[in-house]
Amino acid sequence: MAVRTPLIIVLLSALTALFFLSVIIGPAGITMADTLRALLWGQGEAATLVMREIRLPRAILAVMVGASLGLAGAAMQGYLRNPLAEPGLIGVSGSAALGAVIVLQTGLAAVWWLALPFAALGGALASVLLILLLAGPRGSSLTLILAGIAISALAGAMTTLVLNLSPNPFAASEVVFWMMGSLSDRSFDHVWIALPFMIIGWILLLSLGRPLDVLTLGEDAAATMGVATGRTRLVLVLGIAACVGAATAVAGAIGFVGLVVPHILRPFVGARPSSLLWASALGGAVMVLAADLAVRLILPDRDLKLGVLMAIIGAPFFLHLIYKTRGEVR
Amino acid sequence: MTLLELDHLTVRRGECPVVDHVTLPVAAGECVGLIGPNGAGKTTLMRAALGLEPFSGTSSLAMLTAVERARTAAFLPQARQIAWPMDVETLVALGRVPHLPRGTAPGAVDRAAVDDALHRLGLDGFRQRIATQLSGGEQGRVLIARALAQQTPLLLADEPIAGLDPAQQIATMQVFAGLAQEGRAVIVSLHDLGLAARHCTRLILMHQGRLVADGTPNQVLTPELMAQVFGISIWRQDSPLGPVLQPMGVL
Ligand SMILES: Nc1ncnc2c1ncn2[C@@H]1O[C@H](COP(=O)(O)OP(=O)(O)OP(=O)(O)O)[C@@H](O)[C@H]1O
Ligand SMILES: [Mg+2]
Repeated sequence: MAVRTPLIIVLLSALTALFFLSVIIGPAGITMADTLRALLWGQGEAATLVMREIRLPRAILAVMVGASLGLAGAAMQGYLRNPLAEPGLIGVSGSAALGAVIVLQTGLAAVWWLALPFAALGGALASVLLILLLAGPRGSSLTLILAGIAISALAGAMTTLVLNLSPNPFAASEVVFWMMGSLSDRSFDHVWIALPFMIIGWILLLSLGRPLDVLTLGEDAAATMGVATGRTRLVLVLGIAACVGAATAVAGAIGFVGLVVPHILRPFVGARPSSLLWASALGGAVMVLAADLAVRLILPDRDLKLGVLMAIIGAPFFLHLIYKTRGEVR
Repeated sequence: MTLLELDHLTVRRGECPVVDHVTLPVAAGECVGLIGPNGAGKTTLMRAALGLEPFSGTSSLAMLTAVERARTAAFLPQARQIAWPMDVETLVALGRVPHLPRGTAPGAVDRAAVDDALHRLGLDGFRQRIATQLSGGEQGRVLIARALAQQTPLLLADEPIAGLDPAQQIATMQVFAGLAQEGRAVIVSLHDLGLAARHCTRLILMHQGRLVADGTPNQVLTPELMAQVFGISIWRQDSPLGPVLQPMGVL
C-alpha cells in the first residue's frame, strides 16, 4: 500500500534539501555557487575533487545507510510485533561489527574487497538467527530484550578480545574509532561495496509489506490468510542481515535509527506495517543525513562520531518507549 | 456440497492424543457448534484442520495451497491479537488480502465486502476508531468482521462470542446462522449451551480429544451426555420461541 501522499512529499523534500546541504556544507570553505559548478562541470581542480570524491559519496552513503537502518528497524518491529525491536539494540549491528573487526584486524579486508561486507553480513545473519531462535516470533518484549542483551554482550566481548589480542595497537585504536560509527573520509569505493548488498536487502524487506500487515492479527490468522510464515521469516532474516551488515561494513555501528524513525512515523501511516517500511526507509535517510550534518556543524574540528550522536539522541527515545510500554512488557 | 472433510484426524502432544481420530464432514448450509469442556481439544481440532498443527489422518483444507486455503476457509483464532494501533476499517480490510493479487489495490468488490462485514457486526460507526483503543468485546467483533470480510465458503471461529454482551452474543450467532442459510458453512466453538441449542444446525461434542456426539442440538444436548461430559445437570424445554436450555448445577 502506498504511503500517504503528504508524508511521502514531506520526506522526499526533506531528503532532497538535506542532501543538497550535505554536499555544500563542509570545512573546505567553498561558496555555494562554486560548489555546484565544481560538482557538475568541474575539470579536476581541487574543489571538484572535494565535491566528487569526498562530499558526494558521504552524502550518498548517508542516504544508503539511513534507508537501510530505518527499513531494517521497521521490518523487524513489524515481524516481531514489538516497537522495541531494533537491529542495533539487540546486537545485530554489534555482531556485524564483530565480523568486520575480524577481517579488518586479520588484514583479510585488504586482500579481498568483498571480505569486509561479507564478514559483516555473516555476523549480522548469525545474530538475527540467534535472536529469532531465542525470542521466537511470539516472544515477549522481555525475552527479546534479554536475548538482545546477551547477544550484544557476546559480540562486544568477542570484539574486545580481537582488539585485546591485536598485535598492532595503532590498528586497534583505528578500529575502535571506526566502530563508533561515522561517514567521514569515505569514498565511492564504500558506496560500491555496500550498494549491491543494500539493494538486495531493500528488495527483500520491501517485499514483506503484506505479510507484515497480516501478521498484525497474529501468526495463526496470518497463516490462514495465505502468508507463508516460514518464507517470511527467511526473507526477513536475509534482508535485515544484508541491510545492517552492509551498513555496518561501511559506516561502523550506528544504532537507534531503526528505533527512532519507525516510532516517529508510525502515527503518520496509520500504524500500517507495509506503509511504515517505505516511510522508515525515507525517514532513516533523512535522519542520518541530518545527523551527519549536525556532526559536522556542532564540533567541526573534533570529529564527533555519527554513531555517538545517534546514541545520544536515540537512548532517551528508547527510555521513553520503555516507559510507555512498561505495562505491556511481560 | 462438502466444504470440509476430516478423516481420522489425530493430534498428539508427546504420546497423549489431544485430538483422537476425529472423522467429520461439514457441508454447505451447516452452522456447526463445537462444544466440550476446557481442554477437550476444540482449538487443536480447528488448528489441525487448517494445517496449522502437525497431525495424522487427513484434512481436506490442509491439502490446499496456502492461497487456495485462504480463499476457502477463514479462521478466527481464540487469542485476539491486534498488534498495532490501526483503524478498524483498515484492520477489517486485511481480510481481503487473500483475494488481492500481488501489487493490486483493493477495488469496489473489496470495499463492498468490508462494508458488509462491518455492517453485519454492527460496526458501521467504528470505522475510524483505533482498534487497540476499543474494549475487549468490541475488539472481538472487529476481528470477527475481519474473518467475514475474507468471504470464504467456510468459516472457523474459535470462541467468537466469549466476552461479548448478551445482545452481541445473540447477534453474532444470528450472523453465523445467516451465513449458513446463504449456503456457506460455519464451525464455531462456544461454551454457551443455550445459544448453541438455539442457533446451530448441528453440534459436535468433544471430550478428551474424542468426538463423543455429532447430531442436531436435540440429539446432542441430552441430560445424559451433559452429565457424562461436562458433569452438569441441565434444564431443557421447547418453548414457542424455540428450545431453551439452562445448565443448572454441577454434579
Ligand atoms: N502448546 C501446548 N502444549 C502442550 N499441550 C497443549 C498445548 N496446547 C494445548 N495443549 C493441550 O491440548 C489439550 C487440548 O487443548 P485445546 O486448546 O484444544 O482445548 P480447547 O478445547 O480449545 O479448550 P478451551 O475450551 O479451554 O479453549 C489440552 O489438554 C491442553 O492442555
Ligand atoms: Mg480453545
